[in-house]
Formats: sequence, structure tokens, C-alpha cells
Amino acid sequence: MSKNIQLPIYLDYASTTPVDPRVAEKISSHLKMDGVFGNPASRSHKYGWKAEEAVEEARSHVANLVNCDPREIVWTSGATEADNLAIKGVANFYNGKGKHIITSKIEHKAVLDPCRQLERDGFEVTYLDPDAGGCITLESIKAAAREDTILISIMHLNNELGTLNDIEAIGSFARSKKIFFHVDAAQSTGKVDIDLSNLCVDLMSFSAHKTYGPKGIGALYVSRKPRVRIEAQIHGGGHERGMRSGTLPTHQIVGMGEAFRLAKEEMQADREHVAQLHQRFLNGVDGIEEIYVNGDLDRKVPNIINISFAYVEGESLIMALKDVAVSSGSACTSASLEPSYVLRALGRKDELAHSSIRFSFGRFTSNEDVDHTLSILSHAVERLRELSPLWEMHLDGVDLDKVEWN
Amino acid sequence: MAYSKKVVEKFENTLNEPKKFNVGRFNPSDLDVGTGMVGAPACGDVMKLQIKCEPKGNSHVIKDVKFKTYGCGSAIASSSELVEMLIGKTLEEAKEIKNKDIANALELPPIKIHCSVLAEDSIKQAIDDYEAKQ
Repeated sequence: MSKNIQLPIYLDYASTTPVDPRVAEKISSHLKMDGVFGNPASRSHKYGWKAEEAVEEARSHVANLVNCDPREIVWTSGATEADNLAIKGVANFYNGKGKHIITSKIEHKAVLDPCRQLERDGFEVTYLDPDAGGCITLESIKAAAREDTILISIMHLNNELGTLNDIEAIGSFARSKKIFFHVDAAQSTGKVDIDLSNLCVDLMSFSAHKTYGPKGIGALYVSRKPRVRIEAQIHGGGHERGMRSGTLPTHQIVGMGEAFRLAKEEMQADREHVAQLHQRFLNGVDGIEEIYVNGDLDRKVPNIINISFAYVEGESLIMALKDVAVSSGSACTSASLEPSYVLRALGRKDELAHSSIRFSFGRFTSNEDVDHTLSILSHAVERLRELSPLWEMHLDGVDLDKVEWN
Repeated sequence: MAYSKKVVEKFENTLNEPKKFNVGRFNPSDLDVGTGMVGAPACGDVMKLQIKCEPKGNSHVIKDVKFKTYGCGSAIASSSELVEMLIGKTLEEAKEIKNKDIANALELPPIKIHCSVLAEDSIKQAIDDYEAKQ
């Protein structure tokens, strides 16, 4: 093993990324007495003015990555808050227009849970199934749209599968029907181009910590042309044009700004790097029998690869892969003991959800990391299958679907 | 999942030395073999336990055990722990083994108690199968 491998090997970039050292540098220069630590809302002295300047510069970096007006960016504590603000904010403001919302079964909980809450408040929500490849089709959205639909909320890039939704087509349809369109883009910044000036998107959620920025900061894009209004969810001071009160965390904001500035600058290089790792990984697992890639390879980003290792349970595989940090769709890794709802929504058998592992790569993943993971992985799968009664039955030619389990 | 050291050790030892830890199979149609299989793939765990017994006095004693388990780390550790408890016991003694004994031995977290319940079910079924053949 190469000595520059850090164990366990971090292949969970879709969960969170480490902060880029250049971002960390920027953050630390906005904390102390000799740095820009002021309250951006302080109008009476230079400390405040400097902080405000830093916040506005960061805002323009974020706007620049997604090609929108900086005035359309509202800081939040993260994508979860941005999703809540967008969904509840629109629903509460426009509830006189209609009470129907369309979303999908593969959304993040930060979208699903606010929708559930709105259902309790008298809204009706349609949860669309993805196609077998893990994408939401325009046809399914068209079929679900009604006269009283006020909002469509569909994610850009799915966090478990890496699959991309066609937000351009969905947006055009939504606009033609005068339905607001919210996109959770927590996973897609820095991975794919986002050009809001050419997309019919009214609201878009961002997170810093999936793109080499710090945790605890995110933003919501709120379109000005055409204008979308949202009802604030947090009150107290009227910051961010009244849409989100609370003292702006200067250091986190400049961290997000720097991370997004770098994301724009280095997107091409990041993409090539990760695409190469993805191919290397795919070639490496090719020799393992009975594995299934979840999500359509042609419609996903290379950063995330979700694989079901049939006849092996995901949590036990994670335990056997103790030198690799990954996550699983297995029930046993979740507090609820339910297997991944995203994988179940694909319409595959439950056992494939139990057997799934998500590997996600990033800027700091090396070829050695991938090679070392591959060597442990095939060995671990082999040993767990030796232990698996299901693998034994499979080798004996038993059709597991025909067995009556008790 | 924060497991006790015991679960992790049991899991890793079983994985590293499957033969020593009784991973394997007997011919299920042999008359001196009892097989129990519990759980379901859709639920994420399946345990298969086989006992090989011989008559001794008025009873039958478990000479050897083989198992295979599909499931999370604690399911595999629970099966392996149970197997160790079984060897040399009479069927009457084996019937006395409760899920609590396994859970306590491994210090299973509350959310994983069902793994030990499954292990208890597997021995019950294996004994039933064996006794039905006698």
C-alpha cells in the first residue's frame, strides 16, 4: 500500500466533502480581531462595512457559478433550510392560488418532510415514481399537473444514485403552466453546468459542504424575473430582504463564496479527474459476479456510483470494508431499519436495496485510493458470499423468488 | 452503527476464518442432521443453522454445527455466537438458549435485538427438523 493513503479511504463525498485548503484559509481570515470579523449588518463602522463587502463578494461568486443576479441569492444555513424556505415559502404565499404540489419519491428528506408538513396543513402532494433508471420523466410531471398545482419541486442530481433530471424540460413545462419550479441543487454545483439565465427555474437550493465549502451555510436562489414571492420562515431583523432573518455568518459565507468560485474555475478539471476515477472503479468491479449498478450510467454523473452486491447485506459489507468510508442503502445502517426509499422507488427488489453501497469520489480522491478500495472490495464480497445462505442457494440453482420465507 | 467490541471481533473472526467458526453446510437430507432457516432476503437477514446430533442415553447431543448467515454484522455475529453455545449440548439444553443469552454475550444494541431473536428461532427450527426425522 502506498504510504500516502489516508485510512480509512474517504469515498463518501456525496455525504460531505472536506473543505478545500484554499477555502479554509479564506474562512480563517474572517474570524479574528486582525481579520474581517464584523457584523455585515453594522452600518456605523468600518468593521461592518468590510464584512458586508466580503459577504457581497461571496454572493457574486455564488451567483456567478449558476449565472444569476447576486440579488437573487439568499443566504441560509444550508440546503435543508433553503428547501424548507422555498417549499413552505411558496406554499404559504400562494395558497390562495391552489393547494397542489408535485414532487418525487427520490427527493432528499429536506424536500419530502416539508411536503409532508404541508399535507398536514391542508395541501395535497403528488409523489412521482422515477423511471427504472432513477430519473423523473417530463411525462410523469405532465400527467400529474393540475389546475391548482402551484409548485413543482424536483432535485437536479440524486444524492444516492447520481442520476440527473432534465430540469430544462421540466422548467419549460412548469413555466408554460404558470407553476413555480423549485430545484434542489445541493449535489450538482461544481459537477454540472447550471445556467439559471437560460433555465425556467424559480427557486434553487444550494449547499456549501457538498462542494468543498464549510457545513452550516447554503443559499436559495429566488428569481426576480419573473418574480417569485416567498413567505419568510424565520423572522427577526429583516435580513436578506426580509426573506431570512439572522446575523449573517461572515466566515461561512466567504467560505461558500470561495468554494463556489473555485468550483467554477476548476469544474472542468474536477470532472475529468472524477470521470477517470469512475471508469477505473467500473473496470475494477467488472470481475465481481452478480452486481448491479443502480441508476442509469448514461444519465448520471461520475461522482457517485451505487452498486448492489447481490446476496451480500450492505451493512456487513461496510463492516468488512473497514478501511473504506462509504454509505449503504441497507436498512441496518439507518435508524429507522428501513432500506433506502430511493432504491425501493426504482421498483427493484428490496434485497437489492439491502445489498447496496454508495461510493462517491471527489477532488482529493487518488488512483491509489480507488485501487486499494477495489482490492479490499472483491475480497470482502467473496468472503461474505461464502457466509451467505442465499449465495449458496443461488449456486445450487434455487430461484430465491420462489422460496417461501418465514 | 456503533457496535460493541465483541460484535466486531466475532464478525471479523468469523469472516477471516470461516472454517474454524463453523461456516459451511451438511447434507440436509441426512437423518442425523436438523436444518433451520429463518428470516427473509427482503427483510435483510436470513440465517441457516444445521445441527448434527447423535443419541446419548435418553437424549440426543449436538456433535457439530454448521451455519451460514446473510445479514448485518450483528446478525452474523449472533449466529456465530449461538453456534459456539450449541456444541456439546443436549437438545433439551439447546432449547433453553434464549435470545437474551446471545444479546448479552455480544452486548447487542437495542436496535439489533431482533438479530438474537432470529438466532433463537433458527435453533428451534433446526431441533424441530431433527426431531421430526427421528
